[in-house]
Amino acid sequence: MLRMAGGTGLGGVGAALENANPLVFRRQGERAVTPREEDEALPDAIDGREVFDLIRAISDPEHPLTLEELNVVEEARVKANDANSTVSVAFTPTIPHCSMATLIGLSIKVKLIRSLPERFKVDVHITQGTHASEHAVNKQLADKERVAAALENSHLLEVVNQCLSGRS
Amino acid sequence: MSPFVLKTGACFFFFKKPHRTTFNQNVFLFLGVKAGTCTILDVVENLGSPLENADPRIRTRGIQMLSEVLMQCYSLLQEQEVTHLVLFYENRLKDHHLVIPSVLQGLEALSMCEALASGLAVSVLKAIFQEVHVQSLLQLDRHTVYSIIINFMSSREAELKSLGADFTFGFIQVMDGEKDPRNLLIAFQIVRDIIVKGYALGPFAEELFEVTSCYFPIDFNPPPNDAHGIQRGDLIVSLRAVLTATPIFAEFLLPLLIEKMDSDVQSAKLDSLQTLSAACAIYGQKELKEFLPSLWSSLRREVFQTASEKIEGEGLAALRALTACLSRLVLSPDDEDLLESFLKNVLQDCRHHLCEPDMKLVWPSAKLLQAAAGGSLRAYYQITSSVLPLLVEEYTKHVQSSQHRTILEVLLGFLKLRQTWGPEEEDKSPLLFPKASLCSMVFSAVAEPNVQLQLVGIQALTFLGSLQGLLEPPDVEMLVDHLVKFILFEEDPQTSLAAMEAAGTLAPTYPEVFSRCLVQKFSGKLKTGTVSEVLEDINPSHQERYLKALAAVSTHPSIVRETVPVLLEQLQQVQEGKIPSDTQFVVSVCQSLQQVALKCQQDPQSYWFFHQAVVPCLLGLGVQAAMQENSHTSKVLLKEEALSAMVPVISTACIHLSPELASQSVSKVVPLFLDGELSFLPGNSFPSTFQPFQDGESPMAAQRRLVALLMAFVCSLPRNVPIPQQDRLLCELLALSCSYDCPFTSTVAAKCFAGLVNKHPAGTQLDHLLEMAMNKLEQGLNEGPHQSQALTLLLWVCKALLLRYHPLTTQLTDKLLVLLGDSVLGPKVSDGFVLLMADSPDVLGKSCHAEVRLMFRQRFFTECVPQLVQRFHAAVPDMKSNYLKALSHILNHLPKPVLVTELPSLLSLLLEALSCHDRVVQMSTLHCLQPLLLDAPHIMSLHIDTLVGKFLSLTDSPTMAIRIAALQCLYALASFPTPVVIPYKARVIKALAKPLDDKKRLVRKEAVAARGEWFLLGTPGR
Repeated sequence: MLRMAGGTGLGGVGAALENANPLVFRRQGERAVTPREEDEALPDAIDGREVFDLIRAISDPEHPLTLEELNVVEEARVKANDANSTVSVAFTPTIPHCSMATLIGLSIKVKLIRSLPERFKVDVHITQGTHASEHAVNKQLADKERVAAALENSHLLEVVNQCLSGRS
Repeated sequence: MSPFVLKTGACFFFFKKPHRTTFNQNVFLFLGVKAGTCTILDVVENLGSPLENADPRIRTRGIQMLSEVLMQCYSLLQEQEVTHLVLFYENRLKDHHLVIPSVLQGLEALSMCEALASGLAVSVLKAIFQEVHVQSLLQLDRHTVYSIIINFMSSREAELKSLGADFTFGFIQVMDGEKDPRNLLIAFQIVRDIIVKGYALGPFAEELFEVTSCYFPIDFNPPPNDAHGIQRGDLIVSLRAVLTATPIFAEFLLPLLIEKMDSDVQSAKLDSLQTLSAACAIYGQKELKEFLPSLWSSLRREVFQTASEKIEGEGLAALRALTACLSRLVLSPDDEDLLESFLKNVLQDCRHHLCEPDMKLVWPSAKLLQAAAGGSLRAYYQITSSVLPLLVEEYTKHVQSSQHRTILEVLLGFLKLRQTWGPEEEDKSPLLFPKASLCSMVFSAVAEPNVQLQLVGIQALTFLGSLQGLLEPPDVEMLVDHLVKFILFEEDPQTSLAAMEAAGTLAPTYPEVFSRCLVQKFSGKLKTGTVSEVLEDINPSHQERYLKALAAVSTHPSIVRETVPVLLEQLQQVQEGKIPSDTQFVVSVCQSLQQVALKCQQDPQSYWFFHQAVVPCLLGLGVQAAMQENSHTSKVLLKEEALSAMVPVISTACIHLSPELASQSVSKVVPLFLDGELSFLPGNSFPSTFQPFQDGESPMAAQRRLVALLMAFVCSLPRNVPIPQQDRLLCELLALSCSYDCPFTSTVAAKCFAGLVNKHPAGTQLDHLLEMAMNKLEQGLNEGPHQSQALTLLLWVCKALLLRYHPLTTQLTDKLLVLLGDSVLGPKVSDGFVLLMADSPDVLGKSCHAEVRLMFRQRFFTECVPQLVQRFHAAVPDMKSNYLKALSHILNHLPKPVLVTELPSLLSLLLEALSCHDRVVQMSTLHCLQPLLLDAPHIMSLHIDTLVGKFLSLTDSPTMAIRIAALQCLYALASFPTPVVIPYKARVIKALAKPLDDKKRLVRKEAVAARGEWFLLGTPGR
C-alpha cells in the first residue's frame, strides 16, 4: 500500500500545525470574460490560466486558506499545451519538510483528473529544490496505480474531498 | 365532586370535566365578571374549596382557573380587589412546587393591572426573588417571571428604583443559568433596560456583567424546523446591546474581547471585533487608556495575518471606530493626548513596512494606516503628514512600474479618504507640505507607458484636482493637457475612458481651463476634419473620441453652451453634405447629445437651454432632409438607425421639463406635424410643405418617417401636460399605423398611439378611441396586406392597456392567444410576448411618465397562463411551440419568488418544453427550472429521470448559452437528496466528460463545476 500521507500526514491534521503562521498572498480575481470567449464560433484553447483556475481554490489541508493564497501554486508554474494534450503543474510546499506535500499533490492531481478532458496527460510535481523528499513524492504522484489505490482509502479520500470542496 | 354553582346561575362540574373544557368555563366566568353580574370575589369564594383543598393537584387547578380568569379581565379590577389578590398570590408562592406555575401566571395578570396600589410591585418582586428558584422552573414559567419583571419595569419604574441595587441583584439571581434562547432575548432586554434607564447597579456591576457576558460569543444554531424563528443574529445583537450599554462594563468587557480576538474560532473573532466597534461609540479616555496597547496588537494581528476578508474588514472597522472614539475625547490640560500617542504606535508599527524593498506587507500596513486615519480629520492629518512624504520618497526609490503602481494605489487610498470630511481650509493640510513633489510624482506616473499605472494616476489626479485650491493654475493646465493627450492619443480604450471621466469630474471646478484647453481644441479638430483634411484625418475612431469627450466634459453650464452647438453643427454638415454621409457618425453624435442631456438634468437652466437648442434643430434637419428630393447624401438622417438614435435625445430632453415649459414647447411641435407649421424651425428655407399625415408616395413617405421624432417628443411629456388637438392626432396615428408598407413608420405610429393611450385619462373619449382602434384591428388582422402592421398595433395597444390595468386588456390578450394558433401570424405573436412583458425604454417606460402599475406582470401571468395552457393542450402539434415560446417569455420576465410558487403547476408543461426544438424555448425553460431545482427539490425529485436525461442531451446543443444553462442545472441537481441522485452518478460523470472538452471556455468552466459536484456525491468528506 501507499505510504502517502496515510500515517504522518493525516496525523498532522489534528495535531499542532506545522506551519502555523504562513505568509498570505493576494488572490487573483476571476478571469475576465473577453468578447472572444463570448463568441460562439471561435474555439478557446485550454491554457495555463484556465488550468490554474481549476486548482487555485483547492484548500490547504491544515489552513482555512487556498493553495493560491499560500503561494503553493502559481500561475507561472502551470503549463498547458492544448494541441499536445499535456498539462504540467509544479507546486511549492510552504516549508521544505512539509508532510502535507503528498496530500497536496494528490489533491491537485485528483482535481485535474476530474476536470480536464481525458485526452490530457497530467503531470504534477514539486517545484525543483523546494522539498526535502522531492524525488520520492514526485515518484508517488506519477504512479497511476498508487494514485488509484490511494483513492480507495476512504480516510484519504475524505481529506482530498474536503480540500476540493473549496471555500463555501 | 360537588357541583359548583355561580351566582350567574351557570352550573359547572368542575372536577369531572376533562381539562379542555376549562377554557369555556373561564370564558363564561370572564363574561360574568365583565358584565358585572359577578365580581372577582364571587369567583374566589366559589372556588373556595379547590383553592384550599389539601391535594396540591386540585389546588393547582383552582389557582390555574382563577389565574386564567384574571388574564382575561385584569383591566376591570378595582384597587382593593387587586390588593387582596396580590396578597393571596404572594402567599401562594410559598405553596407546593406544583402550584407555582399557576401562581406566576396569576401574578403576570396582576402585573398588568393599572389599579395596582403603590408598593405592591415591590412586594411581589421581593416575594418572587425570595421564594422562587426561577431556574428550576420550566421554560414557559421562567418566561412568565421575566414578563412580570418587564411589566413592572415599564409601569412602576420609580417604585422599582426605590429598591436600589437589590432589584439588580434579585434579577441577577433570576437569570443566572438561563439557557433558552427565547428567554435570553427577554432577559437581555431587561438587563439593557436596567442599565439604560439608570437602575442602581451598586456593587453588582461585575456580577451583572458576568451573568450576561458568559453567553459571549453567542454560539447558537437554531435547530432545523425551529418554529420560534429566533436566529443566532438576534441573540448576538441583543447581547451586544447589553455589553456595550455602559462604560462601567469596559474594564471587564475589553479583556474579554481581547481574549476572544486571540482565539481561533472565526465567529468569536468576528463578534468580538463588531462588539468592539459598537463599544467605541460610548467609551472615553478612562475606559480605553489601559487597554490600548493590547487592543492595537490584536487588531494588527488580525489584519497582518488575516484568514478571511470578513475578519480583516471588521478589524479595520474596529480600528476606525477606535480612532474616532479617541478623537472625541475631551482632554483636561494635564491629560495625555491618547489619540496622538496611539497613532504614534500605529505609525511606528506600520510605517517601516512601506519602505521595505520587497514590499511584502505594504497592503496590510496601508490598510491599517488608512483605517486609523479614517477615524477623524485630526487623525487623518497626523497620519498623512507622516506617510505621504514617505510614499513620495519611496516612489522615487523604486524603478519598476508595478511597484510604482502599488505605491500610487496606496496614495490614492489616502487621497480618497480626504473626501470623508467636508472641505476645510487646506492651509493646515499635510497635503500642502509635499504638494510640489506629490504633483510631480503623479504627473510622472501618468507619463509612464503602463496602462494600469496610468489608470491609477488619472484617479489620483482627479482627487488632487478636486481638493480646492491645492493645484496652482499652471498645474491645472498641465493636468488638463495630460487628460487631452490621453483622450487623443492613448491606444488603450480604458485609459482614454478614464481620462474622459476625470475630465467630467473636474470640469465644474475649472470650467474656464477645460473650455480653453479641451473643448476648443476638440471642436477645432472636428471642424478641420470636415473641410480640408477629409482625405487625411478621417479616422472614425478619433472622431468618435472627440464626440465622446465633448459629451463627457459637459458637466458645467458654461461648457454645455459651447459643446451643444458644436455637436449640432456636425449633424447640420451631414445634412448639407459637407461631410461624407455615414450613419455611424450620426449615431455617435446623437449618443453624445444624449449624454449631454443626461448631464443637464440636474440644472433646470442648462436643461431648458438644451431643449430649446436641440429639439427644433433635430426636427428642422429632419424636415429639410425629408423635403430634399433624390439627393443620396442627405437621406442619411432619415435612415432607421439615425432616427432611432435621435429618439432618445429628444426623449431625454423632454422628460424632465416642467409642465409650463413643456406646454410651451408642445404647442409648437404638434402643429408642425398636423398643420405643417414650420415657423419655429431654424433656417427658413423649406422648399415645400410638410404634411406627414397626408396620403401619397415619394415625398410623403420620407416625411412620415419623422413621426419617430414626434413619438419621442409627445410620449415623454409629463401626464399633466395637455396635448393640443390630441384626438385628431390620435386618429391620424391610428390611420398611419395600419396603412403603409414601411414597417418602421407603422411601428413608430403604433408606439406613439400606444404611448398616448396609456396616458389618456379614462372616460368616454378614451372608450370611443379604443372602439375605433378595435375596429381598425379587426379589419387589419382579418385580411389584407397590412396584417403584420395590425399585429404590431395590437401588441402595443395591449401593452399600453395592460400597464394601466384597463379592463379592455382581457379582450386584447384573448385575441393574442387565439392568434398564437394562426399558421401565419402565430410565430410573430409568440415573439411579441416579449414586448408585453419587458420594460420598454422609449415610450411606455416609467421614466417617460407612462402609467405603469406595479404588479402588471403577475396580473398578466394569472390571467393569461391558465388559458395559454389550455390552448396548448388543444393545439395542433405544429403550433405547440408557439404556446411554449409565449409561456417562456412570460416566465422569463416574472420575478423569481413569484415564479417559484407558481411553477409546480406548470411543471409538466416545462418538462415538455425541454424537448422543444426552439432555442428560445429551451433557454428560457432552463432558466425557469434552475431556481426551482434549488428551492423545491422535493417536487423536482419526482421527475429526476426526465431531468437528468434532458439536461444531459442539452449539453450538446449548438448554442453556447444553452450548454451553459444545462450544465448549471446539472450542478443544481447534485444538491438533491443523495439517495435520489446517486443512481445517476456514474452516468452523469461519464456524460460530462465530453463538455469538459468543449471548445468554449465558459462552457468548460460550468462542466468542471458540475462534474466536481457529482464526483463528491456519496463520498466521505463532502
